[in-house]
Amino acid sequence: MSGERVDQIFVVAKHWLLSLLDGAPLWVMPIASSLLNIAAVLGAFITLFALISVLERKILARIQNRYGPNRVGPFGLLQPLADGIKLLIKEDIVPLRADKIVHFIAPIMIAATAILALGVIPYGRNMTPFSIDGGILFFFAVGSTTELGVFMAGWGSNNKFSMLGAMRAIAQMVSYELPLLITVLPVIMIVGSLSADAIVAAQDGYTMAGVVPRWFVFTPWGAAAFILFFVSGLVESNRTPFDVPEGESEIVAGHMTEYSGFKYATFFLAEYFGMFAISGLAVTLFLGGWHAPISALQIIPSYVWFFAKLAVLLFVFIWIRGTLPRMRVDHVMRFAWTFMLPMAFTCILAAAVWHYQRGLAGWLWSLGIVGIIYLGLSHLLETKKKFAPRTYRFAE
Amino acid sequence: MSTAAFVVIAIITLAGALAAASLSKLIHAALCLVIAFVGIAAFFFLLGAEFVGLVQVFVYVGAVAVLIVFTILLTRPSDEKVGGFNWSGVVIAIAIFAGLIWAILGTPTLSIAAPHIEPLTVKRIGEALMTDYVWPLQCVGLLLTAALIGGLILVMEEKP
Repeated sequence: MSGERVDQIFVVAKHWLLSLLDGAPLWVMPIASSLLNIAAVLGAFITLFALISVLERKILARIQNRYGPNRVGPFGLLQPLADGIKLLIKEDIVPLRADKIVHFIAPIMIAATAILALGVIPYGRNMTPFSIDGGILFFFAVGSTTELGVFMAGWGSNNKFSMLGAMRAIAQMVSYELPLLITVLPVIMIVGSLSADAIVAAQDGYTMAGVVPRWFVFTPWGAAAFILFFVSGLVESNRTPFDVPEGESEIVAGHMTEYSGFKYATFFLAEYFGMFAISGLAVTLFLGGWHAPISALQIIPSYVWFFAKLAVLLFVFIWIRGTLPRMRVDHVMRFAWTFMLPMAFTCILAAAVWHYQRGLAGWLWSLGIVGIIYLGLSHLLETKKKFAPRTYRFAE
Repeated sequence: MSTAAFVVIAIITLAGALAAASLSKLIHAALCLVIAFVGIAAFFFLLGAEFVGLVQVFVYVGAVAVLIVFTILLTRPSDEKVGGFNWSGVVIAIAIFAGLIWAILGTPTLSIAAPHIEPLTVKRIGEALMTDYVWPLQCVGLLLTAALIGGLILVMEEKP
C-alpha cells in the first residue's frame, strides 16, 4: 500500500494544495489547477535542462577522452548555474538593420511551442498535466508552428547566414514531419485513440508468462516505427547528425547567428525542451509510457520509470552526437523522401496485418512485410560508386 | 468565464486581422494573420470542437502561414513597402461580407438554448469519414495527390 502512496504523492500533494482554496469562487479552481500543473512541468524540465546540459558536456568529454567541466561545484555539477548567470549579464546585441519586433519575438515563440508540447505527455499514473482527447494531435499541431518561429528568427536578423540557416531548418523540418507523423499512425490505428492516456493504457500488461511487457516496441511494426520516429525526432530537434541548419563550419550558427546573451540561451532551452518532448512522446508511444518493464518492479513509482526511460533516450541523443559526423544537406533531404517515407508507410501496412492477425502468425507476417520492404529499399537505394567529377546543383 | 474568454479571444483575433490588413510591411501582415488564425482555433476550442481547432492550428499556422511567408520571401524584396488604397480589395471585401450576411440572415433562427448534443470526438469524425463520407475523402485525396505531382512537374529541372 505504501508503494501506491509514493506513486501518487504528487497527485495527493496537488489535491492538498487545491483544498487550501476551498472557499474561493468556482472559476478559481480550474485556473489554480492549471497553474499548478504548469509550474510542476516547468520546474521539473528546467531542472532537467540544467542537469542534461552539464551531463551532455561530461558525456561528450568522456567520448573524446577529456575531463569536461569540473571546476564549478562537485564534478562540475553547478556549471549550469554559472552559465546561466554569465548569459544573463551578457550584453544583448540587436543588429541595426534587424526587424526589432520579429527578432525579439522569435526566441520566445520557439521556446513557447516547445513548452506547450510537454503539456500533453503522461508522466506517471494520473499525472498527465493536460489530458485532452486529441493529445497526440495537439503535440504535432503545436510542433508544426516551430517552423514559423525559426523563420522569424532567420528573417528578423537580416543576415544572410541566418536566412540560409532558417531555410535549411524549415526545409528539413517540413520533410521529416511527414515520416514523424506517419510513424505515429500505426500506434493510433492499433489503439484506436488519439489520447496519450489511452495509448499508455493499451501497453499495460505482460505476455510470454509475464516476462515481456506489451510495449509496442516489441512488435515488428512498432520496432521499425520507433527507429524511424527516433531518427525523425533527431531531425526535428536539429541534433547531430542532422544539424545542418546550424552547421558551424558552413553557416556560422544558422538562424541563431545574430542572437546573443539570454536570447541565445532561450534558443538552447527550446532545443533541449524540444528534445525532451520528442523523447517523452517516443516513450509514451512505443516504450510503454510509465509502465514498469518487469511486473515485479511495479513497486517503483510510475514517474521514476518514465524519467528513467526518458534519460536513456536522452543518453542515446548525446551518444549519437558524440559519434556521428554531420550529414550533407542534400543527403538529409534525399534520405527523408526515398527511405524514411516508404518505410513509414510500410509500418502502417504491417500494423494493419497485425490488427487482423494477432499472435505468432501476425508477428511473423508483419516482420516479413517490414523486412522485405527494408531489404528491397536498401537494394534499390544502394549507391553504385561512379568515380566521376563531382557535379554541384544550386538553388536557382 | 466563457463570455470573458470569448471577448478576449475576439479582441485578439480582430486585432490580428486588422493589423494584417493595415500593416505596410508584407511579412508583418502575414505574421499578424497567424495571430488571427490562432484566435479562430481558440474559438473552436471554446466551442468544444477540439479536433477542428487542432486541425486549424495544424493546417493554417503550420502549413498555410509558412507557405504565405515563403511566397512573400521568394517573390519580392524584403524591404518593399506596399502602400496606397486598393479599391478592388474594398469591393471584394464588401461583396464577401454582404454574401456572408445574406447567408446568415437566410438561415432559420437559432434557438438560444441549444439542444444537448454529444461532444464531437475524434473517433466520431473518423467513423463518419470512413463510412458515410469515404468517397468524398478519396476524391479529395486524389485531387491533392494530383496537385502534388503537378507541383513537382512544374519545378522539375529539364535534363540537360
